[in-house]
Amino acid sequence: MAQQQLSVKSKAIWDGGTEPFGASYGKLMMWFFLLSDAFTFSSLLLAYGALRFSAPVWPDPDLVFKGVPFMDHANLPLVFVGIMTFILIMSSVTMVLAVEAGHRGAKNEVVKWMLWTILGGLAFLGCQAWEWTHLHHDGFWWGSTPSAEHLKEFFAGNPSQDYAQQFANLFFTITGFHGFHVFSGVVINVVILINTMKGTYERRGHYEMVEKVGLYWHFVDLVWVFVFTFFYLV
Amino acid sequence: MAHSATEHAHGHDHHEHHDTFLTKYVFSQDHKMIAKQFLITGIVMAIVGMLLSLIFRIQLAYPDEIFPWMETVLGKWGKGGKLDPNFYLGLVTIHGTIMVFFVLTAALSGTFSNLLIPLQLGARDMASPFINMLSYWFFLTSSVVMLISLFVETGPASGGWTVYPPLSALPKAMPGSGLGMTLWLVSMTLFIASSLMGALNYIATILNMRTVGMKMTRMPLTIWAFFCTAILGVLSFPVLFAAAILLIFDRSFGTAFYLSEIFIGNEALSQTGGSPILFQHLFWFLGHPEVYIILMPALGLTSEIIATNSRKPIFGYRAMIGSLLGISVLSFIVWGHHMFITGMNPFLGNVFMILTLVIAVPSAVKTFNYLATLWRGNLQFTPGMLFAIGLVSLFISGGLTGIYLGNAALDINLHDTYFVVAHFHLVMGSAAMFGMFAGIYHWYPRMFGKMMNEKLGYLHFWLTFAAVYCVFFPMHFMGLDGVPRRYYSFTGFEYMTEWVNMNKFITLSAILGSMAQLIFLYNFFGNILKGKRAPQNPWNSNTLEWTAPVEHLHGNWPGDIPHVHRWPYDYSRPEASTDFIPQNISDEGLEERLGGSKTIETPSHQEIPSAKSSADTMLFSRLLAFLSLKRS
Repeated sequence: MAQQQLSVKSKAIWDGGTEPFGASYGKLMMWFFLLSDAFTFSSLLLAYGALRFSAPVWPDPDLVFKGVPFMDHANLPLVFVGIMTFILIMSSVTMVLAVEAGHRGAKNEVVKWMLWTILGGLAFLGCQAWEWTHLHHDGFWWGSTPSAEHLKEFFAGNPSQDYAQQFANLFFTITGFHGFHVFSGVVINVVILINTMKGTYERRGHYEMVEKVGLYWHFVDLVWVFVFTFFYLV
Repeated sequence: MAHSATEHAHGHDHHEHHDTFLTKYVFSQDHKMIAKQFLITGIVMAIVGMLLSLIFRIQLAYPDEIFPWMETVLGKWGKGGKLDPNFYLGLVTIHGTIMVFFVLTAALSGTFSNLLIPLQLGARDMASPFINMLSYWFFLTSSVVMLISLFVETGPASGGWTVYPPLSALPKAMPGSGLGMTLWLVSMTLFIASSLMGALNYIATILNMRTVGMKMTRMPLTIWAFFCTAILGVLSFPVLFAAAILLIFDRSFGTAFYLSEIFIGNEALSQTGGSPILFQHLFWFLGHPEVYIILMPALGLTSEIIATNSRKPIFGYRAMIGSLLGISVLSFIVWGHHMFITGMNPFLGNVFMILTLVIAVPSAVKTFNYLATLWRGNLQFTPGMLFAIGLVSLFISGGLTGIYLGNAALDINLHDTYFVVAHFHLVMGSAAMFGMFAGIYHWYPRMFGKMMNEKLGYLHFWLTFAAVYCVFFPMHFMGLDGVPRRYYSFTGFEYMTEWVNMNKFITLSAILGSMAQLIFLYNFFGNILKGKRAPQNPWNSNTLEWTAPVEHLHGNWPGDIPHVHRWPYDYSRPEASTDFIPQNISDEGLEERLGGSKTIETPSHQEIPSAKSSADTMLFSRLLAFLSLKRS
């Protein structure tokens, strides 16, 4: 920042007085924060892997996640979570469009695409709330599992109270932690939307803040892909 | 934000600025003030940590005595003048936590990264002064929460600073596992947030805000050390965060991530299927980089102080950078050496052992480079220099025992004995503390614009140095005899009773060492107001911070920021008229200073022989004699 005013040309980008990656300090901080957050999620997923692969039996995802809203007793494994994932990925697309509109300085378009992104985030959270409620009705929760009679439905082989419990603990903790990230993202997106509508970034001359929250939003999506794979597909 | 910060910095150059007490001392966004806030909070925490250690040291030395003052001071924890065994465990835990995290991580990095990164790189302030301020406030809040946990009715967290489950995971496991442990987790969560915000700022500032000419390979080694430290922090603390999340769920929501087949009072717990070893993996993935987070800033400060006060270029500048990077990478793949006795596969143990022993290479590179920098130097024995040399000494004596402990077979005998206590107190505890003292003595003039008293500094150094060795050296022998750490009393076990007398010696040394810190506190706080005004460049140092005015101002330099034309270690160049050439002097400027037309070649990173004098040789032989004395 301050050094730019010295207006001295540097031959090499690492010689000082310039931003070597062509990224502002704010973007750098966001990238390093995401790196840090990636380590948090990796640790949680590694803990999941360690606990799951030391377990002799595990609930079958096709038997646990087969419900779809408004379709009682449906047997459609992966359909609902597929919809959720699609919504989240679409919200990433709208975020890209918001960032692109920001590059052109098109305020109204930024507002439009940010609104769609927020809507996508809220829809995802709503789906997650339904998924949690559904599992809760089945009897899964932190520290509780379905009754022994009921439990057989969720295992391909022999059911186990202990490992059904581990599954529930890990599922709610890790998807909860991810959902908390999505929730924070929605809150931040709303703040950015308000600032855009107030014209803060127009006066500033650039929409870099939209880009920064965009990085965060894409990261949260990327994490979901891993969470989704580990809990629903493997 | 970048633009407004610039305007802000410039605004202060041109206008009279009216700071209120709150904006100047409390909610300051100026990196120099934040550095002082970190330092003073850290000193307060260090005093608390030291007092806690004195209480348990007295217990260890006089296990059967009755001390009526204990009841006066500690209330129900010292009932009848005897220390409560549960509180003993709490003292050990909180002493470790405070010293490791609050003093040597936050206060050491927080003080010197904040002070030196902008000043040595030629920046007006940190990349984001606001986040920098938040970082301090999170740190202060977490310190307060940790101190409050000492006053909880059931006592503070007591499962050791590593908070292994199940003691930490079951609120009923021991008194300290209740509210005390909860507060520990709350405090550490705030601490992790603080450390993350600080580290992001340091990295962004170092990458983006170097002044013109400040190449990465012209940065002082202090900055390289802070840079590597910040990256380690960004990558390792989140893993502790994840571990803490799972621990919180185990404690409060009935999960069993870390719990398996536990009985409390003959009653089987319903929580089962988890693994306490999982926590150890997650914890030590942070825990091992953590010891380098503690040590590397101290090594960076030492590099700078030793070069300046030897009036010689640092020996092997690039090797020093390489060794910092090597240590940083290796620190992430050696955590298993804390877990040799958890029943890990012996092959895996061997892998961790080999990787651990490889760390000896970059560590030895650093040590030999320090010695080679001192070799035939024109040594200036300032208190800062003494502490820096003290660090090298402690780093050697503590580092050597690391080779024993890194050995998977030997570790089975030595694990959790006093040998480990001796090892890490020397190599990371005391060494890093010496680095911090060295930094304080060296940069006090820069921080407060005043000089510290040199004589008191010498006294402080020699008393502390002697005390550290008297306290920790004997512990090696206790450890080899199989005396376990964290035991409340040595009189309960026949084979340990012979060490009670040694404990008296250690405790008396510890008390002496603590008294020596009073000298430091008097010297430190007394001179903030009464000290002699500091000259512009008291140690004739090359780095940029000494070109900024002694009186602090927002934006650091009035007018333009200096440009950098050379590396920071141009000391005693034979063709120069002074024995130091600051980084902001260009070759043309140097010719003008010389008044001649001598051309100066671009400085190579080779050692440049300094003028040899008989006095120098004598000093070095004295140093050698000192080293060989220690070996016997």
